[in-house]
Amino acid sequence: MFLITCPFCGEREESEFSYGHEAHIARPENPEKLSDAEWADYLFMRKNTKGVHLERWVHTAGCRRWFNAARNTHTNEILAIYKMGEQPPKEIKAMIEKGKTS
Amino acid sequence: MVDAYRLRSPLAHLGLEARAHEDSELSGTGVVMREIPYRGLINIRGDVKDKNFVDAVQKAVKLSPPVDPNTVSGKPTTTRIMWLGPDEWLVITKPEGAERAMNALWKNLKVDGLHASVTDSTHARTCIEISGPRAREVLQKGCALDLHPSKFAPGQCAQTIVSKVGVMLIHTATARNGDPTYELYALRSFSTYLWTWLEDASQEFGLKVG
Ligand SMILES: [Zn+2]
Repeated sequence: MFLITCPFCGEREESEFSYGHEAHIARPENPEKLSDAEWADYLFMRKNTKGVHLERWVHTAGCRRWFNAARNTHTNEILAIYKMGEQPPKEIKAMIEKGKTS
Repeated sequence: MVDAYRLRSPLAHLGLEARAHEDSELSGTGVVMREIPYRGLINIRGDVKDKNFVDAVQKAVKLSPPVDPNTVSGKPTTTRIMWLGPDEWLVITKPEGAERAMNALWKNLKVDGLHASVTDSTHARTCIEISGPRAREVLQKGCALDLHPSKFAPGQCAQTIVSKVGVMLIHTATARNGDPTYELYALRSFSTYLWTWLEDASQEFGLKVG
C-alpha cells in the first residue's frame, strides 16, 4: 500500500488519487503575443526529471481537490505536499537547486 | 404528457423487502444489511468562514456545516451534514425529505453578496446500511481505509473506494456491545454491484437482510 496525504482528507491509499502534471506552469499572460514555438513550449514541453519533481495531484475518489506534491521520481518517495497557490517548502527548493536525486 | 414520476429504488429488483420478511426470525448473523432508499442528498458549497453562509445553512436545516474534515454533524434519524471537502458538504435528510430541505436552503442562501451553491443530487445515489459484529471485516475486504474505531469512529465519514466503487461512507453508530453500523452511499448504477459484492463478502459470517 502506498499512502498519499491529501492536504484536506489526510492519509489515503494511492488508488484514490490521480496524477495531474508538472506543477507551477503559469499560463502566459498574453498568449496572442507568443510565437508558435513559445506556445508549444507552454503547452507540451515538460521537464523529465530524475529526482525531485514538483507536480499536481488530485484526490479523485475523495474530496476531488487538487494539490501539489514534491516527489522523487527515482524512489517514488513523496517529500512534501502543499496546497494549490503555495510554493514548495524551502528545503525542497534547495534540494532541487542542488540537483539532489535521492 | 408524463404522469407524476414514480420513484423506484435502484435495488427494488432485488426484492429486499421479501427477503427481510424471510429473514425476520434469523438471529446471530455476523452481518445485517438493508437498503435505505429515498433519503434526500443535497450538495452545498460555500465559504465556512463567511458567517452569512453558515447562518443561512443553520437556519435552513438547523445544523452547521462541519468544519473538521471527515466528520458528520446531526443525528441519523433527522438531518445530517457530511463533510465532503473544505468548501463542500452533503445534506442528508430523512427519506423523502429532499424537497423541503432544498426549498429551505434555497430560500435562506439566496442572499445578496453570498456566494454559495445548492444542488439536489437525491436521485443519484442510494444508501446501503451494513451493521453487525463482522460488518467492519466485510468492508475491510474491499476498502483500503483503516476502519478500526480508533481511526474511524462513529460520526466520521469518508469518500473512498469499496471494491472499486466510489462511495460516501459513514460510521453512523457503535452499539453498546461494540457492533458498528455503517452507511454507504453509492451511485445508483453501481448499487446492484455493490450490494451483491457486500452480500458475497458477508457469506462466511452469515447475512441477514434487515
Ligand atoms: Zn482529499
